[in-house]
Amino acid sequence: MTTRSQPTFDLSGNPKRLRRETRVKVLFMLAGFTSIAISALIVVSLVGEAWTFISQVDVSELFTLGWFPRRGLFDIPTLLIATFIIAGIGMLVAVPLGLGGAAYLSEYASPRARHWMKPALEVLAGIPSVVLGFWALSFISPQIVQRAFSSAKPFTMLAAGLGVGVLITPLVATVSEDAMRAVPVDLREASYGLGANKSTTVRKVVFPASISGVVASMILALSRAIGETMIVFMAAGAVGGALRTWNPLDPGQTMTAAVASLATGSDQVAGEGLAFQSLFFVGLLLFLITLVLNWFSNRIVRKYREAY
Amino acid sequence: MTSATDRKRKATSEEVARAIRRGGVDWRPFAFQALLFVMLLASFAILIILLVDIVASALPTLGDRGFGFVTDGLSLNPETAGVWTAIIGSLVIALIVAIVAFPIGIGAAIYLEEYAPDSKVTRMLDTTVRNLAGVPSIVYGLLGLAIFVPVVRMIGLGGSTGGKNVIAAGITMAALVLPIVIITSAEAIRAVPRSIREAGFGVGATQWEVIRSHVVPSALPGILTGTVLTLARAFGETAPLLVIGVATGYFAPPGDASLLDNLTGAYTALPVVVFSWSRQTQAEFADTLAPAAIVVLLVVLFILNGFAVWLRNRTEHKW
Repeated sequence: MTTRSQPTFDLSGNPKRLRRETRVKVLFMLAGFTSIAISALIVVSLVGEAWTFISQVDVSELFTLGWFPRRGLFDIPTLLIATFIIAGIGMLVAVPLGLGGAAYLSEYASPRARHWMKPALEVLAGIPSVVLGFWALSFISPQIVQRAFSSAKPFTMLAAGLGVGVLITPLVATVSEDAMRAVPVDLREASYGLGANKSTTVRKVVFPASISGVVASMILALSRAIGETMIVFMAAGAVGGALRTWNPLDPGQTMTAAVASLATGSDQVAGEGLAFQSLFFVGLLLFLITLVLNWFSNRIVRKYREAY
Repeated sequence: MTSATDRKRKATSEEVARAIRRGGVDWRPFAFQALLFVMLLASFAILIILLVDIVASALPTLGDRGFGFVTDGLSLNPETAGVWTAIIGSLVIALIVAIVAFPIGIGAAIYLEEYAPDSKVTRMLDTTVRNLAGVPSIVYGLLGLAIFVPVVRMIGLGGSTGGKNVIAAGITMAALVLPIVIITSAEAIRAVPRSIREAGFGVGATQWEVIRSHVVPSALPGILTGTVLTLARAFGETAPLLVIGVATGYFAPPGDASLLDNLTGAYTALPVVVFSWSRQTQAEFADTLAPAAIVVLLVVLFILNGFAVWLRNRTEHKW
C-alpha cells in the first residue's frame, strides 16, 4: 500500500442507524433496572406499613401469650420460635439426606447412574410446595407423626418440619454435589497416591475441600425453609393464631404462615385494628432474615469459586 | 509419646491378626458407601411414596370421572366439582407472566451481558437480581397486595373484585419469576462464545444488529428452556396468590360475561384449588378431589418440564 491519497469514508456511520442503536440501548437499560425498581417497591411497601404498625402498637403487645393478630396480641417470639423449630426439623432431615446423596452422586455413582439420578432429584425439587403441604397433612402427619407419638394432633410443627425437609433435600443435594464435583481430581489422586482408600478420600479430602460450597447449600436451604409458606400453613395448623410453644408436637405458626392465614381469613385482611399492618411487619422481618442468609451464602460461594 | 507409638503398634497388630484370621477385608469403606447410597435412596423413596400415595388417593375420582374432572368447573358438589376454572385461571396467569416477565427479563439479561459496563452500578444490579431470586414468595404477595392490586384498581381494571383479580395476580407472578428469567437468560447469553459476536462486528454490524442476528439466536435454546421452566414455577406457586386475594371458596362460574368481566372478576388457580379443597369440611374434597387436582397439576408441570428438556435437546448448540 503505497498510495497516500485515501478516498474519504464517512466513518461516523448512518445517523439513523446510530439513533436506533441508542434507542435500543436505552430500552435494554430500562429492562435491566426493573429489578432495582421491584426491590425498591418491596422495601417501600413493607417498610411503610411496618412503620405504621411499629409506631402504633403497644410494645407490651409484642411479647404476650401468643400470636392472635385479630385480638391485638402480636407475640413476635411465637412466630420466631415456630419458624426456628420447623426450619430446624427440616434441616435435620435435609442435611444428612442431601449430603449423603450428594457425596454418593459425586464420588461413587457411575456416569450412567448419575445421568438418571440427578434429573430424578430435580423432579423432587420441582414438586410445588402446596403438594408437599397436602402430603404432610394427609400422609406424614397420620402415618408417621401420629404413629410415633400417639398423643400428637393432626396439625403439628413436626409434620410441617418433615415436609419442609423433603422440600429442601434436593436443594442441599444438588448444590453440594456441584461443590464436590468442583474439587479437582488432582486432590483425590494425591490422596490415593498416599495410599488412602475411597472412603477416606471422600471424608478427609473431598468433603473438607468442598466445605464452603456445602455450607453455602445449607444456608440456602435454611433460607428456603424459613421462607416456605404452604407446607407450614397447611400442616402446622393454628390458622387463627398460635400460642407460644417450644413443643414440636403442638400446632404452630411461622412468620410465613402468619401472613398467609391473616390474608386468607374469612374477612380477608380487614381484621381488627393493626392486623393488616402486622402482615407487613412480619413480611419485613422475613425479608430481612432471608436477605442476610442469601447474602451470606452468596459470599461463601464466591469465595470458594476463587479457591480453585 | 510412648502411648502414641503403642496405639499405633496395637492397631497394626490388630490388622495383622485380622489379615491372618479372615483374609483381611476392611468392611468400613463399604459400609460408608452403603450409608451414602441409602441416603440417596431415601430421597427417591420419599418421591415414590409421595407419588404413589397421591395417585392412589386420586384414583377414585379420576377413575370414575376420567377427563370429565378436568373439564368440569368449580362446584360445591363433590360429584361434579372439577378443575377447569382453575386451569383457565392458571393459564391466564401464565400468559400474563409470559407477556410481562419474558421481554423484561430477557431484555435485562441482554443489558447485563452485552451492554452493561463493568462498574459498581452493574455489580449492584447483579446483586439485586440475585437477592430478589431469594426473596420468599409470600413477600411478593405482600408487594402485590400493597402495590399491584391498588394500581390495577386505579387504572380501571378493578372490576367486581376491586383489583384482586387475575391481572394483579399475573403481574405479581411476573415480578416473582423475573429474577429467575434474568439469571437463566444471562447464563445462556454468557455461553455464546466471543467469536460469534466478533464475526458480526467484523462485517460491520452494530451492537444491536449483532445481538439480534447472532447473540439471541445462538442463546435462544438456553433462554427458551429457562423461560419454560419459569412458567412451571409460576404454575406451582400458591402463597402469593393467597395474599393478593385469590378466591379460596366457591364462586359462581362467569358464564357468558364479557372477556373484561371475566378478567376482572373472581379467579382461582390450580395450586389454590388443591389448597382450598384440602380444607373443605366435606371429606370427599380433601380425600380424593384434592389429590386428583394434584395429579392434574403434576401432569401439567411434567409436560412443561418435558417440553423444556425436548427444546434443549433439539436446539442445543455445541461450540
